Amino acid sequence: MSDSSGNKLSENLKVELLKQYRFQWEPAQDSFVLLYPEGMVKLPGSAGEIMKRVDGSKTVAQIVADLETAFPGADLRQDVIDFLEAAYAKGWIRQQES
Amino acid sequence: MQKAGSDSKKVNGPLWVNAEITYKCPLHCVFCYNPVDYATFGPELTTEEWLKTFREARELGAVQLGISGGEPLMRDDVEIMVAETSKMGYYVNLITSGIGLTEKRISAFKEGGLGQIQLSFQDSTKELNDFLSSTRTFDLKSKVAKLIKEYEYPMVLNVVLHRLNIDHIEEILNMAEAMGAEHVELANSQYYAWAMENRKHLMPSRPQLERAEEITNRFRARVGNKMKVYFVVPDYYANRPKACMNGWATTFLNVAADGLALPCHEARMLPGLEFPNVRDHDVRWIWQESPGFSAYRGDDWMQEPCRSCSEKTKDFGGCRCQAFMLTGDATNADPVCDKSPHHHIITEQVELAQQPQPPAAEVKQIIMFRDDKNSRKLAARDSAEPAPRDSTTPVT
Repeated sequence: MSDSSGNKLSENLKVELLKQYRFQWEPAQDSFVLLYPEGMVKLPGSAGEIMKRVDGSKTVAQIVADLETAFPGADLRQDVIDFLEAAYAKGWIRQQES
Repeated sequence: MQKAGSDSKKVNGPLWVNAEITYKCPLHCVFCYNPVDYATFGPELTTEEWLKTFREARELGAVQLGISGGEPLMRDDVEIMVAETSKMGYYVNLITSGIGLTEKRISAFKEGGLGQIQLSFQDSTKELNDFLSSTRTFDLKSKVAKLIKEYEYPMVLNVVLHRLNIDHIEEILNMAEAMGAEHVELANSQYYAWAMENRKHLMPSRPQLERAEEITNRFRARVGNKMKVYFVVPDYYANRPKACMNGWATTFLNVAADGLALPCHEARMLPGLEFPNVRDHDVRWIWQESPGFSAYRGDDWMQEPCRSCSEKTKDFGGCRCQAFMLTGDATNADPVCDKSPHHHIITEQVELAQQPQPPAAEVKQIIMFRDDKNSRKLAARDSAEPAPRDSTTPVT
């Protein structure tokens, strides 16, 4: 459950995919995709790169740091947070309280 | 200009594979969409043949797999199919009545990577549920629903609505809530196969539909985001056809228990088309090259009013099977469309549904239950006169 500050992600908590989703590379789509009951969304480009790192072991801040190492020179922080907030609003990802 | 491997004729898909792995079923639902002559089909594919088919479809980019039937749990190799196809990269959906879903089996499915379970319910009251499925299954299904929750699957309920149960919609929704359902699909039966045989007993009246929608909307407002509720009216009540299968052979591959590959659940009935069997051909040839799958792909096959219609890229002229069943020609516009010269066939049926019908107890005596005996009777009737069936011909 999210805290009373609304539907905002905490940068210092780990994020993970909800159980009913499956994330993978699809050669036929030439893209990362997210699969869920009877459906699929393509996550091309940066969306796929971000989601690839949502594996339950990293916090939002760690995902940002990881991406900034992989793609040096870019200030990605706000883009990553915007995407993760959208993914959270869609119910794809969650944070564990710990 | 044309070179080998040119993209100009590139055929995409399929994305979704539906495997009707068996037509055996402990239920006898009067609205079943399985072919009416299933009892005369050849032997079911073996485990190895199914896995070969799934592998070949996966290579073409299929990502969603539906394991259905009949009742898929009548086979004892579903565990192997789930585990293997999940490893292949499919999102695996099990579509079941719940009969035969023991804790041992659900635990193996979970282990194997099953993505979701869709549980069908015929009605919320025990009596009507048992009537409509013709066996005593309601208590069992409630137990299965608990098991699904315990194994942390989202609770997805499919309830087929029709004239005889639609007035119970409030009880159905309350039952879904009590079970902790997250998704509820309340879809009126579509008039194919067994439901076509029983159409006049199954089609609800307009006041029935209006009341059911009103109750559904009130329920949605009360439960909010906790539950997603879909309500689907019979397409006979529409004036534009459904975009059937997202277009012929664009997305969906159905494989029947005997290995016949089809672009939808019902296409086996279409005359003049030969559909290939996965025992004889690989899925790539079936999907990309076979005449059956190419027949109504794109819009070259269309006649007027579809050919020049601005909406043809939206609904693809509707459903080929419905066009054939009701007009005798699969290349006609689906008569649900009010631009179709055959639309009166639809409106006449809708008018008929406004007339009083006998009470459920009487209907029970005359309605056609899905079972092997009736299947053989219907197969004999249809091979004697292979004609479109607009009106329900009694079988004696």
